[in-house]
Amino acid sequence: MTHVSSIEPDIGSEHMLINIGPQHPATHGVLRLVCELDGETVIKVMPDIGYLHSSFEKLGEYRTWNQIVPLTDRMDYLAPLIYNCAYVMAVEKLMGLEVTERCKIVRVICMEMDRIFSHLLWLGTTAIDVGAFTPFLYAFQERERIYSLHESFTGARITTSATRVGGMMADLPDGWIESLKDFLDTVTKTLDEIDSLLTTNAIYLGRTIDVGVISGEDAINHGLTGPNLRASGVPYDLRKDHPYYDYETYDFEVPIGENGDCYDRYLVRMEEMRQSIKILHQAIDRLPEGPINVDDPRVSLPSKTDCMNDMESMIHHFKLITEGISVPAGDCYFAVEGSKGELGMYVVSDGGYKPVRWRIRPPSFVNLSVISKLAEGHLVSDLIMINASLDIVLGEIDR
Amino acid sequence: MAENNTIDALKNVFSESILHHEINAGDQCVVFVSPSQNTEILSWLREEPTQSYDLLVDVTAVDFGEGLPLQVVYQLWSLKHKNSLRIKCELEIENLTIKTVTSIWKSADWLEREVYDLFGVEFIGHPDLRRILMPKTYDEGHPLRKDFPLRGRFSRAEQTRRALSQDYHDYYTEEMLEIGGEPAVSSPKYDTDKGNAS
Repeated sequence: MTHVSSIEPDIGSEHMLINIGPQHPATHGVLRLVCELDGETVIKVMPDIGYLHSSFEKLGEYRTWNQIVPLTDRMDYLAPLIYNCAYVMAVEKLMGLEVTERCKIVRVICMEMDRIFSHLLWLGTTAIDVGAFTPFLYAFQERERIYSLHESFTGARITTSATRVGGMMADLPDGWIESLKDFLDTVTKTLDEIDSLLTTNAIYLGRTIDVGVISGEDAINHGLTGPNLRASGVPYDLRKDHPYYDYETYDFEVPIGENGDCYDRYLVRMEEMRQSIKILHQAIDRLPEGPINVDDPRVSLPSKTDCMNDMESMIHHFKLITEGISVPAGDCYFAVEGSKGELGMYVVSDGGYKPVRWRIRPPSFVNLSVISKLAEGHLVSDLIMINASLDIVLGEIDR
Repeated sequence: MAENNTIDALKNVFSESILHHEINAGDQCVVFVSPSQNTEILSWLREEPTQSYDLLVDVTAVDFGEGLPLQVVYQLWSLKHKNSLRIKCELEIENLTIKTVTSIWKSADWLEREVYDLFGVEFIGHPDLRRILMPKTYDEGHPLRKDFPLRGRFSRAEQTRRALSQDYHDYYTEEMLEIGGEPAVSSPKYDTDKGNAS
């Protein structure tokens, strides 16, 4: 049999320019990828972002320190509690404020729960991008349980705004920990089911192995962080390398990949969810009783009884409510291991009631910048897989 | 402390280019360096084995307003030594130019574009310095500067008029137009008085 290419006449072809997005479900948001194509091969990808730009950083300069919290969860609506926590942790660090032991562990629970929350969405939508519909339904069934946990704790399913400088908006409601334990049981089973559907699935392997490969050295040079960097074999995880909230005392592993392709990024995230479950079990066991908010006059309101009985408490209450908290002059960069990568919050204060500058070090923004390099020479359908494997969220890229 | 070793080493190698340093928020080391030496210092910090700050975490800027100098901030992390370091360069507000670090770290590409877009700092030698979050035709200036009003410089009506009168050229860079050529179907023109497409 003659090979097809040898009988095909050599027809000259022109390169074509096509737009993927901004309104396309496979771009996972309002991302526009302008691609130069030769037939079905991607020659060049030129990402165009900014369609969701909301100028959160500018808005933050006009709000008091606590009023910024609701802006943070609107950036990454897939892991809102991590953003809530990261922001107040940066402000607390600048103030030199140590939160209570209970608050620390509640925040660890929040952050690990939302890591699973975010990875589950990534898992479901990525599976859809390569044609597997079932894992999407399984993953969203589990996400629904986290939505309920969010709702019973904070009153909102997505825009949680659960943290305050010096503590949380409220303590955990009764029975919440039991619901979380139920969730941990079911999510473990669901992960095993999705594992059996995808990890050895021939179509999934064919679509992901050796697609979008990046070496560890290149990944560092391009500033990748989080699961994308670890899939390339670099064991950089802030929970281990620059621990906060006693993460060094939790027993968990940091999974790393070998090849840095889409399949390794999948494996790393799957294992991260299991490790988060492990951390959650330990955090539940060590959750102490006690106050959730710090008792510090700079941030916490005096009790109602005190306000009614002495003048100083009344004035203090009035000033905290009308002016807000004040943060000493200086700057502080505080980073946590977010679900997408290193989530840094950089706050600059001049000693006033509003920040001079509030900057988010956006993990998805930096991770997305590598897409042109990863997709060159692949097919258009691989570009969709590569984009999905980077796990981006446009709310945070455009901010 | 390892961070202080970095300061001493920097002072030994670059003497007068290291202006001063401070420790902020308890343990965060901030070094102010001369803007004209930024690439030399940052490239040394990356290559020198005793420092090896190999991850450029963030590039951003801070505007304090009132004509004070604008700070360009480089946040570094050393994977080997598990150290972080913040380098700041102060630029006079009338002359916001500084050399690019894209030749040292590729991650600086988009981060510097963002600083250019939102603060108007020009990075000399940047391969692709254009707006990234704001549209190509945005004429109102640089939004994160303190002299920029929260609602923008133009009225809402003017902003709408400009948004509707965009041509397809405004959605593509020169490079894209060269590859794509003229479109087969031109984009509809909006009549801004009637508010409908013709």
